[in-house]
Amino acid sequence: MATDFSLAELLIVACADAFRDNGEILASGIGVIPRLGASLARLTHSPELMLTDGEAYLVEEPIPVGARPASPPMSGYMSYARVFDIVWSGKRHVIIGPLQIDRWGQTNLSGVGSYDKPKVAMLGMRGLPGNSINHINSAFVTNHSKRVFVEGEVDIIGGVGYNPARWADGMNRSSVDNRRIITNLCVMDFEGPDHRIRVRSLHPGVSFEEVQETTGFPLIRPADLGATPAPSAEELEIIARLDPKNLRSRQLKDNPPGRRAA
Amino acid sequence: MGFRPVSGPGLDKRMTAEEVVARLKPGMTIGIGGWGPRRKPMALVRAILRSDLTDLTVVAYGGPECGMLLAAGKVRKLIYGFVSMDVIPTDPFFRKARQAASFEAREIDEGLLQWGLRAAAMRVPFLPTRTGLGSDVLKANPDFRLVTSPYEDGEVLLAMPAIRLDAALLHATRADRLGNTLVLSPDPFFDEHFARAADACYVSADEVVDRLDLSPQEARYNLYERCFVTGVVETPFGAHPTASAPHYGWDVAAMKAYVAAADAEGGWSAYAADVIGGSEADYVERAGGPAALSALPMPAF
Repeated sequence: MATDFSLAELLIVACADAFRDNGEILASGIGVIPRLGASLARLTHSPELMLTDGEAYLVEEPIPVGARPASPPMSGYMSYARVFDIVWSGKRHVIIGPLQIDRWGQTNLSGVGSYDKPKVAMLGMRGLPGNSINHINSAFVTNHSKRVFVEGEVDIIGGVGYNPARWADGMNRSSVDNRRIITNLCVMDFEGPDHRIRVRSLHPGVSFEEVQETTGFPLIRPADLGATPAPSAEELEIIARLDPKNLRSRQLKDNPPGRRAA
Repeated sequence: MGFRPVSGPGLDKRMTAEEVVARLKPGMTIGIGGWGPRRKPMALVRAILRSDLTDLTVVAYGGPECGMLLAAGKVRKLIYGFVSMDVIPTDPFFRKARQAASFEAREIDEGLLQWGLRAAAMRVPFLPTRTGLGSDVLKANPDFRLVTSPYEDGEVLLAMPAIRLDAALLHATRADRLGNTLVLSPDPFFDEHFARAADACYVSADEVVDRLDLSPQEARYNLYERCFVTGVVETPFGAHPTASAPHYGWDVAAMKAYVAAADAEGGWSAYAADVIGGSEADYVERAGGPAALSALPMPAF
């Protein structure tokens, strides 16, 4: 198919795919592209997903980003207290954009440097410790680099992962489920041996070597490594409807095309 | 027979923001309600900023109040899940203070903060949870302990300690002189837990009336009982620059001006003098006046 699409649109479809076959859960996407991904999933392959209006209500009709209708119909309530209850029940999948991610899937939103005196302080742990030990988590990264995919552990562990050194006997980590990492270069998952990170698909025109070179730890290359699926015409139409102000064009530097020029 | 008017000692809980601050002492642990840029008791915070109160432990789902109190040197210790204004993700005054290690930072998960307040409200020493295990919550809070389930499962859990507050500061849409409160904004956040975890709770409200006379529908938006309310303060636009839906949205321009102050040398002193100023009435006028503030749109996503 010759339809042009942007990298942002490719990533929205890849985010949507992360919510496939998750069951009847709350799909949360933090940021424009992950949120459009959750909405797209709800309107295409995964109608069982629950969505919020981004404020305090559940909606069955996704709210377009940046163009909220005057009185969107609500189907239920989702205050932060209710979000916490959903988190603890395990019935949620959130895609967030961490500062750092390590080979164990541990994530950091607190800052860079030491905990006691960070070089760069950011938001804080937010809900990462609770999210990551209770339900499915995915990450969204717009600048695939060794600064994000660090060599050792992340500087401050908010979201937990699969590093055995971090767990003691008797701790129940059976609900830790780091699922996908969607970046500007590729989609990765944790389906290698012992949850090692694997490149799942490469975006059109990107090589495995480029991904490996910009990652601080060794990645698994599956034998059948293919390309990240391009958006269909239907998906592009839905995305345009969900983002009438084209906020997606402002999420990645220079709004690159989905297929790199050769 | 008519209604007997409710009256008696302590049942007229109206006070001024300055009277609230006079009851707060150095060294106290103060919980601040709301969430990020939403429904923060900013008029009470400004009254603290105008006072010489210092050495506070602040507990919050942090918005601009945290950066302001840090910039003013009021905070010894901060217990928080995050500090953010959402539309402006990071607060530069918070960042500066954090990067200078000028206060004791106790970062915890958002849910753990609720758990700590809930434990205090239930008057138990801790509540068990998996949240925090495997993360740096334990490193950030070296006094946190683990507990082993006494049941067959033997599971090891975090014993989230109670966060008892000396005082809570909250903002409501409306209150009455008895201490009844109404919060009409879409999300109550965790104000009820702050109220119940505190030895004293002071509520600023956009409007204070003699007695709330609510419909059954409205009465569902009463979040906590008046026995937990020590004082009510009428503060029109008291949450500004944060939102107090449905009456006013957050003031992005005002928050940007606050952020910009961090770039200038001596920026906080100038902001404190020019924006916080000497009185709340002047603050509201300088912020644009009641008509302009009433017109601030609700946040949209």
